[in-house]
Amino acid sequence: MSTPPTIEARGLRKHYGDVHALAGLDLVAPAGQVTAILGPNGAGKTTFVKAVATLLRPDAGELHVAGIDAIARPDLVRRVIGLAGQNAAVEPALTGRENLIMVARLFGHGTRAARAAAQVVLDEIGLSDDADRPVKGYSGGMRRRLDLGASLVGAPRVLLLDEPTTGLDPRTRIELWESIRSLVRGGTDVLLTTQYLEEADQLADHIVIVDHGRVIATGTPTELKTRAGLDVVEVRVRRGSDLAVVTEILAALGTEPPHTDEPARRVAVPVQDGTRALTEAVRLLGEREIPLDDVGLRRPTLDEVFLTLTGAPS
Amino acid sequence: MNTQAATSISASIRQPAEPPGTWATASTYAMRTIRQFVRTPQLLVVNAVTSIMFLLIFRFVFGGAIQTGDVEYVNFLIPALAAVSGLFAGGAVGVAEDLESGMFDRLRSLPIPRPAVLLGRSMADTALNTWGTVITIVVGFAVGFRVNGGIVGALGALGLCIVFAAAFSWLMIFLGLVSGSAQAAQGMSFSVFPLIFVSSAYVPVESMPGWLQPIAENQPVTAMVGAVRALVLGGDTEALLGQSTSWFVVRSLLWAALILVVFAALSARRFSKL
Repeated sequence: MSTPPTIEARGLRKHYGDVHALAGLDLVAPAGQVTAILGPNGAGKTTFVKAVATLLRPDAGELHVAGIDAIARPDLVRRVIGLAGQNAAVEPALTGRENLIMVARLFGHGTRAARAAAQVVLDEIGLSDDADRPVKGYSGGMRRRLDLGASLVGAPRVLLLDEPTTGLDPRTRIELWESIRSLVRGGTDVLLTTQYLEEADQLADHIVIVDHGRVIATGTPTELKTRAGLDVVEVRVRRGSDLAVVTEILAALGTEPPHTDEPARRVAVPVQDGTRALTEAVRLLGEREIPLDDVGLRRPTLDEVFLTLTGAPS
Repeated sequence: MNTQAATSISASIRQPAEPPGTWATASTYAMRTIRQFVRTPQLLVVNAVTSIMFLLIFRFVFGGAIQTGDVEYVNFLIPALAAVSGLFAGGAVGVAEDLESGMFDRLRSLPIPRPAVLLGRSMADTALNTWGTVITIVVGFAVGFRVNGGIVGALGALGLCIVFAAAFSWLMIFLGLVSGSAQAAQGMSFSVFPLIFVSSAYVPVESMPGWLQPIAENQPVTAMVGAVRALVLGGDTEALLGQSTSWFVVRSLLWAALILVVFAALSARRFSKL
């Protein structure tokens, strides 16, 4: 008997007036993995998470969560999911512990079990020392961690994180990533949405790129980068005045026009055969005796992948 | 945070065997709402100060100009304030805040009977309102209010006030759910003012223009205020009120039941489709 996929959506549709938030979305999130849904604002990410969390009912299509039909039996789905939304839905007037106990009770724990579950989660998210302080004194990052913790007190099989780090400063974001990673090691399946390509790359085993309510690409981070092609030759020149010449030289090697970053004095171009293109670039630039600070070959960033796949900047 | 700690989440927390029932859900959410109120001094103080100020202004500023026959104005006023306090409560704002903060999204993702959340809110708002009513009565006594209907009448009146507060809490929950934001909810709370003022609560209906009197006579607040007054002031005041005590009590309870059933149903429907 094989484990059903964490989430399986077929032809999922949801519209608000003329806006098609989900326009026939097909998606499979394999069991035992972290799946990231990546896309710009308004792509339908939040609508999809809300459908999975049974907060809204799709107009058409099929949706299974941990093998349960989410449209026929939303009540059973609610027993196996934990949701942490875009806002930290925690009560500022209560302490961190009281917030967790409240949610644990609402998952169905008795008084004693709720206390125990709250303590386990507090240790895990690193808030034990602040557990008995009112949440109104918490920092933004602590609130997000508590919100994440609240989604865990029911020991859910599937964790849904809707843009878990939006609005956090870079350091707090990295701390939250660390928390999410350690949860994942504990064996919880995770579906997360993000606008940050780096976040998907950092956390996910499986990435689904969504735009205009449809899936436009799916695969592992490495697969997606390979699909969008290609390697990138990147050159940094010493003198800004050489940028035009270098751009011209690299244009001849690339599969697409080079991207020039003037302030950084950098030119990058996607190429077909990485090592040969790099050798060629070094030879041509050497012939012209252009002084370089750096030249190299790298894998494309997810930003560049997104650009290639959608034909538009994210 | 290490691998060992992480495994402990799934190892140390067992999935609850059964989802919570209506009572567990309602009481959990009610306790949270009461704690929120009690720990927010602004709410506690502002609410009390506002209602006391209102009481004192009517008692000492307008009261002298309002003719209430044989009944002293303070005895006319205090039962009315107690009866309609549920309409002044800020329940709509609290509901809208939970909507905006994402609290309702979280609650709706949990394996709970959804309407029980609103029941808990109603219980909390009713309890807080009862507290406000008690303050009103205590301050009322300090400024000359006296009970003539005996202890049974007085307790019956207090019981009715709690029933009315429970009914109005559902109206406020509904307003909070449809308002979309705390600010809008604040504004919508004022929409009940005609209901409060076009009634026998502050002035006798006979002092209103003829076209307005039938409206004032036949709306829920007048029935509720009449019932509480009749019980507090005793049978002698039936002449002033124009109807018997039981007429008012039955009528007011029917209104309360209607308001409760209609707005509880509308709210539950709205909540499941947020």
